[in-house]
Amino acid sequence: MRFETPRFKQAAVVALHDERLRTALARSRVGFIGHRQAAVDALPEFEQLRDTAAQIKDHVLDHLDYYLQRYEQAVVAAGGKVHWAHDDSEAQRIIVDICRAADAKVITKGKSMVSEEIGLNDALIAAGYEVVETDLGEYIIQLAKEPPSHIVGPALHKTREQVTALFAEHHGRARKETVAELVTEAREMLRDKFFRADVGITGGNFLIAETGTSVIVTNEGNGDLTQTLPRVHIVTSGIERVLPSLDDLPVFLRLLARSATGQDTETYTTLSTGPRRAGDPDGPEEYHVVLVDNGRTQMLGSRFRKMLRCIRCGACMNHCPVYGSVGGHAYGWVYPGPMGAVLTPIYQGLKDSYDLPNACTLNGRCQSVCPVKIPLPEMLRELRHLQHVERVGPRLQRSALAAWRFVASQPWLYRIAEKLATTTLARLGGAGRRVRKLPFAEGWTQSRDLPAPAGSTFLSQVPRSKRA
Amino acid sequence: MSKPAFDPDVDDRPSFMERLFPWKQRVSKKPLYQLGVGRDLILDTIADQLGRGPLQPAARAALAERISRAPRHPRPALPDDLAEVFTQRITRRAATVQTLADIGDVPAAVAAHLRTHCLPTHIAVSDPLAALAWPAPLQVHTGAAQRNEAVAVSLARLAVAETGSVLLGSGSDTPTTHNFVPDDHLVVLHRQDIVAHLEDAWTSLRNHGGMPRAVNLIAGPSRTGDIEQTIQLGAHGPRRLHILLIG
Repeated sequence: MRFETPRFKQAAVVALHDERLRTALARSRVGFIGHRQAAVDALPEFEQLRDTAAQIKDHVLDHLDYYLQRYEQAVVAAGGKVHWAHDDSEAQRIIVDICRAADAKVITKGKSMVSEEIGLNDALIAAGYEVVETDLGEYIIQLAKEPPSHIVGPALHKTREQVTALFAEHHGRARKETVAELVTEAREMLRDKFFRADVGITGGNFLIAETGTSVIVTNEGNGDLTQTLPRVHIVTSGIERVLPSLDDLPVFLRLLARSATGQDTETYTTLSTGPRRAGDPDGPEEYHVVLVDNGRTQMLGSRFRKMLRCIRCGACMNHCPVYGSVGGHAYGWVYPGPMGAVLTPIYQGLKDSYDLPNACTLNGRCQSVCPVKIPLPEMLRELRHLQHVERVGPRLQRSALAAWRFVASQPWLYRIAEKLATTTLARLGGAGRRVRKLPFAEGWTQSRDLPAPAGSTFLSQVPRSKRA
Repeated sequence: MSKPAFDPDVDDRPSFMERLFPWKQRVSKKPLYQLGVGRDLILDTIADQLGRGPLQPAARAALAERISRAPRHPRPALPDDLAEVFTQRITRRAATVQTLADIGDVPAAVAAHLRTHCLPTHIAVSDPLAALAWPAPLQVHTGAAQRNEAVAVSLARLAVAETGSVLLGSGSDTPTTHNFVPDDHLVVLHRQDIVAHLEDAWTSLRNHGGMPRAVNLIAGPSRTGDIEQTIQLGAHGPRRLHILLIG
């Protein structure tokens, strides 16, 4: 997986001038936001479910070692195998080893953000396998050789015309213009892959400790064909996805579909427990789960623990004005939007991801729609603070902040500086009380005026005796 | 071995970056995985990061109890007529529902569906349905769906009113491929098998032999919105889902 976050500013500027992207983003926002709101309004228990979900997640995170052990026991009891991957390269190696042992040639994949995170496709292709993404959106961006721009709608930045061109180029068939024709053509092309695949790899939205079950939700049914037809099914999942009991699952299913796509439910919810059993006419002969840590255990011990509640629904990015303006690719790594602005610095370092937490407007919409109530703005503020503490970021800005702190913590100095600043600005503003051009801050005043202060300050209006 | 819990009030502990990104320096420890220690390393790190070391037996017992007896979580309120709720919700997601008086009416209803949509007469059925009186020219077979399978008729174990979905469980007589490979999927559902909430479905599964290998909750025909958010049916799974509701 490429990492291009250090170029966020440039990428954002390019994105802002991309007309097609703007059209695509505007269209998706209307759908995602409107549908979600309608679905939430139709479920009076929604807020209660959010609280419950956050509680369950926190409980699981507090006892993650126990629930993972119980989950593993249950998977083994059902005839499956659990592999533990400390980081991305270990996960890649485990999965390549399984494919090698299965003598695989063709590998189909259902949508999985963890597999993007660990750069699985590149590793499998490098190992000589034919890898086919089967979710239509993922398939489109695989043909376009692009990373996903959204965690739920990976190709939502693509217009129909672009898909037409891609399919014509790769399928060698007549150009298809309508959405119906395009979907049918993808169905026909992928059908063959489903039946030829030796290994099917899916994600795991939830893992159930009680039964050793992995759960996926899809609308297309691609995940089910991916995991039912090949000889080997591999589930890749982050270690934080485990839930204690089947009875905890409905809370999350109710929240996930509504938050992600504004539906009451996704079309297909599939619970898989182990490999094919005696007498079963179909299903995989081997069932593997690869549990990926890749930094999650460290987040557990940090002040970003609540980020591990995330169920990858994408509601935060759907409601984010920054994401809505620049799209997912500008974020430069796997996870875009507010959740990505928190995760990317944690994974890739504060310095290289400097712009992400700082691009946030802190309007708080992401937190207000998050189904598991992750305090995203608080975390982004926390990251900014850490950047300052770690001396990351423009030197000028840090010096200015340090100077501000010094002045603000000396009341006598503060009063003098304040007096000076107010009178200067008031004079600069003139009769119109607008500062049109501010020395040393032309960048800021280029596109807006600074309202000039009235000339007297709050402190000067409070009698000295009251202040004491 | 257990370090103190991370203290959010202490801001600039020098080890923070190290604590945040330690896996970056773990390259030299790679062989641990080959020795089979990857699992224990992860589990130990979790206990360590939570600032508490391994769990005591009493705590483990409490968690075992939490698994076997989960608290009752909020469930959406539903009207009493579950069949009505189920029908309303699944048809909203583009499935069709036909009510039949008796299981014996299934073959005729299937034949009618095939005629309406000009479908082939060679169809896959779940074993319990094979014994019905299938009229000529219908030819039924059991077992896994073939690559060119056009139509399958399945027997639902349950349906969930809340989500408007049928629940199919894999088993020796109910192949999973029937649910996804054909273009047309017909599902026979007994009215008394409709439960209110997902939790009720799990209870039923627990009481009747535990978890099947695959549990498929299906709430309509396959769909995608991946091109310009335009909903299109028949992405990879069935293009049509027709429910035959008995009773």
